[in-house]
Amino acid sequence: MTLQLNWSQAKTLFQRLGSVIGLLLLFIVLSVLSPDFLTTGNLLTVLRQVSINALIAFGMTFVILSGGIDLSVGAILAFTGAVTAGLMAAGHGMVLSVGAGLALGLVLGMVNGALVSWGKVAPFIATLGTLTLLRGLTLSYTQGSPIPVTNPGFAMLGGGYIANLIPLPVLWMAIAFILCGFLLRGTVFGRHVVAIGGNQEAARLSGVRLSPMKLAIYGLSGLLSAFAGVVLTSRLYSAQATAGAGYELDAIAAVVLGGTSLAGGRGWLFGTLIGALLIGFLNNGLNLLGVSSFYQQVVKGIVILIAVLLDRRQ
Amino acid sequence: MAAPLVSMHDIHKAFGPVKVLEGVDFELIAGEVHALMGENGAGKSTLMKILTGIYAPDSGTIQVDGQPVSITTPADAEKYGIAIIHQELNLIPALSVADNLFLGREIQRFGLLDRRAMTKKAMEWLAQVGMEKLDPDTLVERLSVGTQQMVEIARALGQNARVLIMDEPTAALSEHETTTLFKLIRALREKGTGIVYVSHRMEEIFALCDRISVLRDGKFVGTRPVPGLAFDEVVKMMVGRTLEARFPSRNVTPGKVRLQVEHISGGMVKDVSFDLRSGEVLGVSGLLGAGRTELARLLFGLDKPSEGRVLLDGEVVTATNPNQAIHAGFGFLTEDRKAQGLVLDLSLRENISLPRVPAHIGLVDRGGEKTQTRGLIDALKIRTRDMELNVSALSGGNQQKVVLAKWLALKPRVLILDEPTRGVDVGGKAEIYHIINQLAEQGVAILMISSELPEVLAMSDRILVMHEGHATALLEAHGATQETVMTAATGGH
Repeated sequence: MTLQLNWSQAKTLFQRLGSVIGLLLLFIVLSVLSPDFLTTGNLLTVLRQVSINALIAFGMTFVILSGGIDLSVGAILAFTGAVTAGLMAAGHGMVLSVGAGLALGLVLGMVNGALVSWGKVAPFIATLGTLTLLRGLTLSYTQGSPIPVTNPGFAMLGGGYIANLIPLPVLWMAIAFILCGFLLRGTVFGRHVVAIGGNQEAARLSGVRLSPMKLAIYGLSGLLSAFAGVVLTSRLYSAQATAGAGYELDAIAAVVLGGTSLAGGRGWLFGTLIGALLIGFLNNGLNLLGVSSFYQQVVKGIVILIAVLLDRRQ
Repeated sequence: MAAPLVSMHDIHKAFGPVKVLEGVDFELIAGEVHALMGENGAGKSTLMKILTGIYAPDSGTIQVDGQPVSITTPADAEKYGIAIIHQELNLIPALSVADNLFLGREIQRFGLLDRRAMTKKAMEWLAQVGMEKLDPDTLVERLSVGTQQMVEIARALGQNARVLIMDEPTAALSEHETTTLFKLIRALREKGTGIVYVSHRMEEIFALCDRISVLRDGKFVGTRPVPGLAFDEVVKMMVGRTLEARFPSRNVTPGKVRLQVEHISGGMVKDVSFDLRSGEVLGVSGLLGAGRTELARLLFGLDKPSEGRVLLDGEVVTATNPNQAIHAGFGFLTEDRKAQGLVLDLSLRENISLPRVPAHIGLVDRGGEKTQTRGLIDALKIRTRDMELNVSALSGGNQQKVVLAKWLALKPRVLILDEPTRGVDVGGKAEIYHIINQLAEQGVAILMISSELPEVLAMSDRILVMHEGHATALLEAHGATQETVMTAATGGH
């Protein structure tokens, strides 16, 4: 490692650290304002809440880095959650049901990828279409009522703890972060994701095969959304047709807050984790401070805008 | 004697610690075409950005008509009649010619657009640039690049510009469009407009300009009148030394036939056949739109040939995408390095290893990648402090070397070069020629597409000339002249 930083690297570093500094500031402010904030119980609860958004946002990071967007993540979460719960309700085992749910998420993501690559549909439109379609499918599959889950092993996935302390979803988030981080920085696949987002034509002319890449990128996003769906279904003991509504926006917000460029080609996974934590702790803090849920949205919106404006100023 | 139109004196400008301009003088008199020359990074565009109010100088004075002025915004520049025609044109494709001409200064009546008045005025403005036949209601996206440039000039003149700055105006123009542009520039000169002509193209400058000013490394080297000026002297002013050889010599005898192209057709390309030996440089010459780049795209699997076949070392190759072409042994340096050659936000290292990242079962081999990158940086003499630097921070010549390095990492059997020295300064060109020679000496078969005739004549073993998609001649470079090539390129015999 060289310690010499050139100007552009220093700038990038500062931009990236911005979100970390923001998170630290939020932490300090909330600790001072609310005595209930800095307690192990509260922090772990927030981490458990954050894990769902983080799982989705990790996949979203790959999509946005490649220059795309995936609006269908919340709908994939709901549909795969419902199918997983439905299979168990029909008497199938947990492993088969979860496996089927995850496989379904992967396939649905790849459908997005196929629409974008072979169909040449703009990612925004393609995934808006699958969002609407999957919401409809979920409603008709569940007939609008929740599908309860009784399998005790399955309930552990989202509701269990390690050493009676750390919620299992936090462990899933950590594992997903490490695997995705390695995928992005340590593999040829990750390199090609960034190259496609930076200059798709140059990547193609360098022999990067765009269609298989996009299938894989959107497939990964679908897979992680499905996994988030399984965890959420497990934690709530039931699959809801309307689960995950608006989650795509939280995931995009986490990615952008983390400093990844919406234009693609520039970003990092650690930032997404920080972004997801920022949103989670902000929600939690506002709850603790007794701010009404109406104003919570106002505050969240302002934070996102400030973050993006600070980023632009560079 | 009247005061010069524009006079810039002792201009200094630094970005952070980097001094870009150190005491530059520049003077433009009414009714002259004044070439501004210098290698990439010499400070030409910074100087022009100061004159047009995009950057503020750190120190120095600017006078217009002998009066000291302060130009701090583009609006100031417009007020003093200074306009710039950018290399990347600033027109909105989906709007009409008239809409573009009046963008931001629309003529209104009672708060509504007065289309009739704008159309009338637009016709007057277009007539000033000899485009009276152009309908102001035409959408800009339907116009050729040359015509779009005329529209931009018309807009500048309509705003009473007396100083026109043109940045590489002929880079994207056809021969015919260039002639039209030159005619207009000469007519404007007659009317007393001052024109700053920024270009690398020596032939054009000698044909068109009255005086030449040269910058080198941010310093003012001098201003010379063109009549009586020798070509070599300008080069010497630009690089600070004479280039012994613009085109270094090559020591290789072409070996066995490597690439055989048999009656290939597709898109614009019609029934082209040739073969290419290992160690040979085959130049491809022709006018813009002759089908040269299209031929390269067919070979590289970007477009599908409708007929014909390609053999590489005796085996038929059917590449339907670049990935397959690369695996077959092709490399393709494209003509537009920013749009197609580089990922500007990625580092040198990441760009160079893009076609094939050193890896074991999909996992990047960091050590191997660094060794490979360092080797290529040394071999191609890429000037950079750090392989982690974004390629956007490099000069044009060094960027082009990064694209070359990218392909060399693959050890291609056939390397297609499309305008390998476009936008590269004189010193950088010589280095790229040297690299091409080394590759040929290593046995790589090279297909070099170029619009610069001296380059094609000096660098090639043989020259394939194309005209309207057909191969009209295959000449031995030894003995060929600009005239014989041009005759074939224009379809003559």
